[in-house]
Amino acid sequence: MSAPPPPLVELIDVARHFDVSPPWLNRLLEHQPRARLRAVDGVSFAIARGETFGLVGESGCGKSTVARLIVGLYRPTRGEIRYAGRRIDAQGANPAERRNMQMIFQDPYASLNPRWRVADIVAEPLRTRRDGERLDAPAIEARVAGLLEQVGLARADGVKFPHQFSGGQRQRVSIARALAGNPAFLVCDEPTSALDVSVQAQVLNLMRRLQQDLGLTFLFISHNLAVVHHIADRVGVMYLGRIVELSPTRRLFAEPLHPYTRMLLEAVPDLELTGKPRTAVAGEVPNPLEPPSGCAFHPRCPFADARCRQEVPLLLPAPEAASGRALVACHAVAEGRLPPERQ
Amino acid sequence: MSAEALLEVEGLRVEFPTRHGTLVAVDGVSLSIAPGEVLGVVGESGAGKSLTGAAVIGLIDPPGRIGAGEVRLAGRRIDNLPADALRRIRGRQIGAVFQDPLTSLNPLYTVGRQLVETITTHLDLTAGEARARALCLLAEVGIPAPEQRIEHYPHQFSGGMRQRVVIALALSAKPRLIIADEPTTALDVSIQAQIIALLKRLCRDHGTAVMLITHDMGVIAETADRVAVMYAGRIVEIGPVAEVIHRPQHPYTRGLMGSIPSIVAEREELSQIDGAMPRLNAIPTGCAFHPRCPRVFDRCRRERPELMPAGATSAACWLVNP
Repeated sequence: MSAPPPPLVELIDVARHFDVSPPWLNRLLEHQPRARLRAVDGVSFAIARGETFGLVGESGCGKSTVARLIVGLYRPTRGEIRYAGRRIDAQGANPAERRNMQMIFQDPYASLNPRWRVADIVAEPLRTRRDGERLDAPAIEARVAGLLEQVGLARADGVKFPHQFSGGQRQRVSIARALAGNPAFLVCDEPTSALDVSVQAQVLNLMRRLQQDLGLTFLFISHNLAVVHHIADRVGVMYLGRIVELSPTRRLFAEPLHPYTRMLLEAVPDLELTGKPRTAVAGEVPNPLEPPSGCAFHPRCPFADARCRQEVPLLLPAPEAASGRALVACHAVAEGRLPPERQ
Repeated sequence: MSAEALLEVEGLRVEFPTRHGTLVAVDGVSLSIAPGEVLGVVGESGAGKSLTGAAVIGLIDPPGRIGAGEVRLAGRRIDNLPADALRRIRGRQIGAVFQDPLTSLNPLYTVGRQLVETITTHLDLTAGEARARALCLLAEVGIPAPEQRIEHYPHQFSGGMRQRVVIALALSAKPRLIIADEPTTALDVSIQAQIIALLKRLCRDHGTAVMLITHDMGVIAETADRVAVMYAGRIVEIGPVAEVIHRPQHPYTRGLMGSIPSIVAEREELSQIDGAMPRLNAIPTGCAFHPRCPRVFDRCRRERPELMPAGATSAACWLVNP
């Protein structure tokens, strides 16, 4: 690669905390303190134009909160979110900046209005946008038909209601609706998690084809490592509100650096039946209301020492990053006391 | 079918009468499980895999019913038993683990009380002995500090720990067969690996047979000895797990395997099966897979294939034995 193009989307030290305190009277009578949930706590990454950036992690790690921060469903507690170089998080930011991004949700049953015909669902973004040229009815109809065909549905499907479609077809309708406004950037939050594997393959193939045809940029969020491996160019691994490792996909899966990434990859059941001995994965994700001190992973980490228990590791370039630029937040990696991964 | 099989299911048919005719959700399913064996049952939503498991333990909700076929446990027919006789078998001889551990546990009772109640119902033990066994079970499924945890309520456990409690409950009367319906689907991947390892160990240590129902081929690959692939209420292929994964004979199994993304192999494009599983009121004639099959020919549309030996597995496909 030559000079890297400027990022399309950039997050700089973004945090989002939720106040989950008990009600005032309980706090007073039961002497309970205020409680803050640090759902996202200082996340920085950039997504280049035309790239698919994958975000993986277990439930409660904050990956969906990141998606909602980017599309503006939440306002960040701290940090900056930039789109094409302009800040979009601040109070005075122009909402029209977000016109170029769209979101696809996990549950295609919940994200489509059951009382609307599919053609109206797909046409809504065209009818409601207040900028640019207003399309007249025949033009909207033609555009909707084009969109439905683009996602592999028939023009005639427009008159049907969402309940007349299967899960995979509904997700295609969601994609058509997202594409209606000609977005450059799509945030996909677990788009295939509710689908069966053969249908998931159809949707993943469709998303890839659309990306090539339309030059789209994706943020692809999933808990499924295999899906992310298939679709993403670069992957960020989240744990308790922070990115612990960020690498090009091939490198991440071939040489995972962070002990958490290694643990996740070992835990994925494997179809190849290699019979590789699995180190027992110990422990569970701690309560995010009382995250451990220092590195949040230290209670489950076999390589933790005194420093890990006190000092939060920063996301830094990995030493000896030979194949691709890897960032990792781990004291053990930085100090070189991590044994190389057993193959 | 082998003589030593613990569970034998023959020609099982589960149907739902409706105003517009009878819907057949499970159609002519035959399988057997030997003691200590893990049989995986895999399929996409609507394939009938959960109903097959529910039929074995007699938990088909009305108006659904077993229309035909037999279920035999250790040679004894159990599908036609009266409800209370079946209830004694369920729990005593057959344990069940379901997807959502929270709905399998009573939120108002401590886990200890639920375990003790299950144990004293099925085994001839005093309350003290039952409690000792409950502690033993909690320790066996890997719950730390069982003496304290036994007094806790289900909401005080995390998802993975709850599923361990459910497994302890299923094991409480030393059953010979466990039906596990999507036991790891609600869990994160690291917890999933722990639960799979636990099920495998218990099965090995106690010689318990397991029917593992899941949509996740990875879980099957890690756990099962044999696997039955279901499509539209029928078994389309059944055989040793390595054979079915690496040398699938049925075009549906082949498509299914090709559509699973992997963390090892890199593929530009996933192979995809176009279309979707048919609805129960519109199951195609002949082979139910024929409208989606890339290698369909005339006979597939007319005649329904039965399971036929194909390589090391059995497949219900006319290509295997034209």
